[in-house]
Amino acid sequence: MYKAVITVTLRPSILDPQGKAAQHALATLGFEAIARVRVGKFVEMWINEESADAAYIAATAACEKLLANPVMENFHVEVAKVSDAG
Amino acid sequence: MPATQPPVVDEALALEHGLTSEEYDRITQQLGRTPTYTELGIYSVMWSEHCSYKNSIAVLKTLPREGRALLVGAGEENAGLVDIGDGLAVAFKIESHNHPSAVEPYQGAATGVGGIHRDIFTMGARPVCALNSLRFGSLANPRVRYLFDGVVRGIGDYGNSFGVPTVAGEVYFDPAYEGNPLVNAMSVGVVKVGCVASATAKGVGNRVYIVGSATGRDGIHGATFASEELSEESEARRPSVQVGDPFTEKLLLEATLEALSAEVVAGIQDMGAAGLTCSSCEMSAKGGVGMTLYLDKVPVREAEMSAYEIMLSESQERMLVNCAPGCEKDLEAIFAKWDLHAVAIGIVTGDGRVKVHHKGAMVADVPAAHLVLGGGAPVYQREAQRPAYLDTAQTFAVPADLAPYEVAAALEHLLASPNIASKRWVFEQYDTMVRTGTVLGPGQSDAALVRIKGSRKALAVKTDCNARYVYLDPRRGGQIAVAEAARNVVCAGGAPLAITNCLNFGNPYKPEVFWTFKEAVGGMGEACRALGTPVTGGNVSFYNESPDGAVFPTPTIGMLGLVDDLEAHGTASAFQDEGDVVFLLTPEAWDHRVAARELGGTEFLAHNHGITAGRAPHMELTEETAVQHAMLRLIRFSLVRSAHDVSDGGLAVCLAEKALLSDGLGAAIALDVADPFRLDALFFGEAQSRIVFTAQEVDSDAVYRALQGIRVRAQKIGTVAAGRLQIKVNGSTVIERSNQALHHIYDQAITRQMGSA
Amino acid sequence: MNVGVIVFPGSNCDHDAYHVARHVFGLRARFVWHKETALSDLDLVIVPGGFSYGDYLRAGAVARFSPIMERVVAFAEAGGLVLGICNGFQVLCESGLLPGALLRNASLRFACKWVHLRVENADTPFTNQLQPGQVLRIPIAHGEGNYFASEETLDMLEANRRVAFRYAAADGTLNAASNPNGSLHAIAGIINAQGNVLGMMPHPERCAESILGGTDGAHIFRSLMAHAAHRLAAGHI
Repeated sequence: MYKAVITVTLRPSILDPQGKAAQHALATLGFEAIARVRVGKFVEMWINEESADAAYIAATAACEKLLANPVMENFHVEVAKVSDAG
Repeated sequence: MPATQPPVVDEALALEHGLTSEEYDRITQQLGRTPTYTELGIYSVMWSEHCSYKNSIAVLKTLPREGRALLVGAGEENAGLVDIGDGLAVAFKIESHNHPSAVEPYQGAATGVGGIHRDIFTMGARPVCALNSLRFGSLANPRVRYLFDGVVRGIGDYGNSFGVPTVAGEVYFDPAYEGNPLVNAMSVGVVKVGCVASATAKGVGNRVYIVGSATGRDGIHGATFASEELSEESEARRPSVQVGDPFTEKLLLEATLEALSAEVVAGIQDMGAAGLTCSSCEMSAKGGVGMTLYLDKVPVREAEMSAYEIMLSESQERMLVNCAPGCEKDLEAIFAKWDLHAVAIGIVTGDGRVKVHHKGAMVADVPAAHLVLGGGAPVYQREAQRPAYLDTAQTFAVPADLAPYEVAAALEHLLASPNIASKRWVFEQYDTMVRTGTVLGPGQSDAALVRIKGSRKALAVKTDCNARYVYLDPRRGGQIAVAEAARNVVCAGGAPLAITNCLNFGNPYKPEVFWTFKEAVGGMGEACRALGTPVTGGNVSFYNESPDGAVFPTPTIGMLGLVDDLEAHGTASAFQDEGDVVFLLTPEAWDHRVAARELGGTEFLAHNHGITAGRAPHMELTEETAVQHAMLRLIRFSLVRSAHDVSDGGLAVCLAEKALLSDGLGAAIALDVADPFRLDALFFGEAQSRIVFTAQEVDSDAVYRALQGIRVRAQKIGTVAAGRLQIKVNGSTVIERSNQALHHIYDQAITRQMGSA
Repeated sequence: MNVGVIVFPGSNCDHDAYHVARHVFGLRARFVWHKETALSDLDLVIVPGGFSYGDYLRAGAVARFSPIMERVVAFAEAGGLVLGICNGFQVLCESGLLPGALLRNASLRFACKWVHLRVENADTPFTNQLQPGQVLRIPIAHGEGNYFASEETLDMLEANRRVAFRYAAADGTLNAASNPNGSLHAIAGIINAQGNVLGMMPHPERCAESILGGTDGAHIFRSLMAHAAHRLAAGHI
């Protein structure tokens, strides 16, 4: 079994009000060095495939089809071997 | 989490579960043995205040609970049921979710909304609108802003997705709620008379199903959690807060109503506090039957859940369904259509016992009737003692009166109080219009009007409680809470029918708290009798305390009224047309109440002078009923263009609001006062039983004629005019402000503190 | 005119759209369950507001894969009229019937209030009873209505007059204060290239009866009825 760790983020050109709000709030809490914040989605999935490549392909297809909207989002997939879906 | 041996049950463990030594003795006596760990869990939640009302029921029984229109009495079903004619009935109820919201405001408030809607649709009624009543500390505190923001988002996200409009409510801020916010949610649903479902188990041998979401470890001991004071430790108890899933709730609503109309359900109860425990015990006790449950069949979300955890889980969006005989396949098919679990987990038995099997062993065997309110659950008459603070709080050094040139600035200052200022920031985050039933929503009328499609009728609904009054004068405060809610319904054109209540108080084991509780409930009862609005049920929330002390005693009233002819009688708050006459409707003996005592308990005294003291404002129930009767008659004679009662902030705020809620209209007002008077009391005093209404000039005489024989007085105090509010006293101008200038203050006060909406 | 209102399990404006079609305008209307696949009897499909499948992932993301949406796409491609309102607009964008996407409101808050729309194109089946530049007063109720598309797409929409409505002030002027959600080009509604599909965030079904405080939404339904009558007169069935 493989575990895929996926991050879905707004494309760089797209305004991210949530990130902006978080950055602003952090600045008022004294985190002035934090200059920019982008907020995205984090997805974990456990995949019954025989190889890392096959798992990667499945996860990528899932992102393209459902988890990310290419009009506004990018995604990044990382795959690692795990023992079970715990 | 691996399965471990359950802990050894003894008195110490019982005390840890929030039971008393006497209660533990009572359990061992009832069972004739030491309870198992699962049984101890079952008793502890069933005998928590939240489920058993053990400390409050004796007092609640003093409330009037019968009336012509009531189809179901208080406490008989999940919510009250009121006949509104045309073969329709309204189910409605208000409930608190204070403690969960204090530690996780978003989920606490969201699941509060979900829980109260389930109470309504489990009776077969489709929810048509939601209301809420919220109390927070001072907005200057960042933690309070976090709670306020989270609660509003939680209510909005849940209700908006579920698809029921949030049409009315109230929000108050006072340091008394700093450590313990109040979140009271109300749902109102409509059902055909004769199609009402009952939370009763019946028919020995009938299957018992669990439907809806899978069961997880969330919310275990939520009911017990709601029955203790908040402390630093409660922050650490966060895991017991449940997470809401409004989409699943929507599916559960549709599937439940479909199953009920297909007549495949013999009885049904939602799972709220104490989950499977409470629903199985209450359904069994009410039906005079028993239930045997097989927990291995319960769909679970987490591995290795113990019987104790499954019985006590408060996972949301679940129901217990007693299937009609032979209808199992149909029931399963309906829930499958909505992609929901419907799993048979047990059977109705004839021995009156709830027996629980898990992993091949019987882990609980308890008599259902012993566990429930009205059965074997303990009932206490707590000690009551008049609190000492009342003596000091009811008297205060009266500040110097305002000079005429100070009044306008005092009004502006008051309009910026978050208790008075526009709540637009709040209600624009709620879908107030979905279902296209909302005829007058938030900020449009004193009570929300929700039409009944296919008839001429509308429901008029409102929540109300001025808790400062209750704190200063529990009995009169309780009366005013009911009276004002009814007055609001009347101003919108509705006849008050019945109330639901949510009684938020401190620790009932403190005699002062209990005295206040008894007095406030006593006052509510007097007002309910005078106004003919019986109590259909509700909820008690004790232990609303933080290390800084108890909250203001807050008996929130949810009022239901009926408008017979919406098109003709539905009435807005705001000024409608230039040239209309402005009337002040008061009791007959009204004399502008010039005495300084009329400042007691006012928002003016609290916000402009920082004084929370005095007695609650004047109110006599006979005067109040006369004023409401008169107002309703004027509306039914189609003489009224707008109506708004005089409440928080007094006459000046009432007039300002009628301007601010309008489309650019103000008024020219002239008050003539003969006796010696105080300007501040005249403008900002909150004496009750007063309504400002407008009528067309040509109808003036008809207004006076219509009021003949009623002990009230209607005085012409001015005319609706464009764009500005001018108020003269005995000929000289005291207030003159453009709507624009007032809007700037009134609209922005909350938004400025919370960031852009 | 035969109207079908799509019902996803989380739709919650389905009854409102049905009510307006059936009881306000007396049209033949029926609900179309999301697992159904037959639309051939219909002239107009309404994809209503709500939270289709919970919309926890992204508004409309799951709905696009439902059996019925496959049929709605085919129906639109064959020239059938499709009106997506609020969540329906989000679903139509996710399904590729309309370009662009609807992001979270710039305020990060759900917004339910009356807004003003300026009519940009009155030559569509949905707007033929309106005048270009006319201002409508109509409610919105959404958390994700912030219209986004690439610059090329926006240019293409503008060049082809595919912006049906823009958020505007009561006098029709465009300014930041009257844009409730941060939509690019203040876009509140767009049509497809053929002009038979309209997606809009505001709710015309919430303002088609005077008792609800406004009737500007009725113009859209009247336009659709006029269009259908015109087609009938021209011999189309």
